[in-house]
Amino acid sequence: MSPRLTLATARRVLQQVGADHRTLGLLIVVPCVLIGLLAWIYNDTQVFDRIGAPLLGVFPFVVMFLVTSVTTLRERSSGTLERLLATPLGKGDFLAGYALAFGALAVVQALVATGFAIWVCGLDVAGPRWLLVVVAVVDALLGTASGLFVSAFARTEFQAVQFMPAVVLPQFLLCGLLVPRELLPPALELLSDVLPLSYAVDAMRTLTTQPDAAGEVGRDVAIVLGYVVAAIALGSLTLRRRTP
Amino acid sequence: MTNDHPPDGAAVVVDGLRVFRGSREVLPGISLSVPAGQVVGLLGPSGGGKTTLLRSIVGVQIIAGGIVTVLGEPAGSPGLRSRVGYVTQDASVYGDLSVRANLTYFTSLVGAPRSDVERTIEAVDLMADADSRVDRLSGGQRSRVSLAAALVGSPELLVLDEPTVGLDPVLRRDLWDMFHRLAAGGTTLLVSSHVMDEATRCDRLLLLREGRLLADETPDGLLALTGAPDAERAFLALIETEAAL
Repeated sequence: MSPRLTLATARRVLQQVGADHRTLGLLIVVPCVLIGLLAWIYNDTQVFDRIGAPLLGVFPFVVMFLVTSVTTLRERSSGTLERLLATPLGKGDFLAGYALAFGALAVVQALVATGFAIWVCGLDVAGPRWLLVVVAVVDALLGTASGLFVSAFARTEFQAVQFMPAVVLPQFLLCGLLVPRELLPPALELLSDVLPLSYAVDAMRTLTTQPDAAGEVGRDVAIVLGYVVAAIALGSLTLRRRTP
Repeated sequence: MTNDHPPDGAAVVVDGLRVFRGSREVLPGISLSVPAGQVVGLLGPSGGGKTTLLRSIVGVQIIAGGIVTVLGEPAGSPGLRSRVGYVTQDASVYGDLSVRANLTYFTSLVGAPRSDVERTIEAVDLMADADSRVDRLSGGQRSRVSLAAALVGSPELLVLDEPTVGLDPVLRRDLWDMFHRLAAGGTTLLVSSHVMDEATRCDRLLLLREGRLLADETPDGLLALTGAPDAERAFLALIETEAAL
């Protein structure tokens, strides 16, 4: 791997997203709109304080999953991936370049969405607020890594988009947002224990409820990062220099 | 031709190359060599295995057997990746970036000097459109961007899959002139085409049909061999001779 090639790739990906003003706008605005909507629905109740922060972790995961899987699919089907792999660019540079570019976008998205939730919607956060941003960025990286991996199994953009409900919704249902994880039937609780989004949501929940949360949140973040590394490693197996 | 003694100055030596695509054997054991510093045309009808052969030389094709040596190394070696430029049939560049942004990226990938961006834009005559998004350009312009992206870093071997398809006659002439300028500077070019009248523009011709090499000749040698007045009829004459055997 070479930092020069990784950075060149990250820069190129950011240029592509930057050229697409509508996507850029959706990336930043949609999470704020959804959080605003939620705060309004649960006006004058405790519900927003309970689920607002976990959703701050879910949105970047979903959005980055979609954006990454479609972008990498396009890269595969347009022939640019084959061309890139015939240059000195390594698979690691390619994947790290994507992770870096979408990670940077996730930082901006997380800052805006978190700021909006706290200062506009009045979200109560017991723990340190900056950790909220860190967890959101790690969740976005999880979305990017999963998207990179899943794009290998899609032939068309239609299929890539269909992977979103297939990969994201089960995790969403089981992550403890609807029913606390310890109240799930034992088999489902076990299942939710191996799904990465559960830890992302746990981290967010701990942050909002416990003032001294850094240790527990750190453990959850480390687990999510483990899944990120695993998904990227699996994704790199799907990038082939030689094809039939 | 044996691979034990590759011809002096051969940029590419293919020996007994076999490739399957699906269950079909596209190349059933082909051997050939491409002399360095020449413009070599790979001609033949569509579906004859031209693209598969080029992909094998670039090292992106899974092969079933045989040896492909490029610039003295096995095809696809890491050391070759900045020495070989490859242009696929469809323009494989980023449609949502400008011409200049595309070339800046490819320049940094091969570690070429930044001046290569402007040099290659001029080489393919896209100065007026350098800041236009590639997906707003015409098909011919897009394929020139793709060609420019292969020229950055001045690779020693250029493998071009139908680079002149859809281009007007003036542009085609200009590109072939450029190919010869590059060859004069020592670059080896392997250019595929299914348009037979481009044969006369090559230093050497490889005629490929149904995965087999019909001829490996100079254009004049091909006409002398078949007694045909042009490349198209020479090609037909070769097929008929083969059918009669």
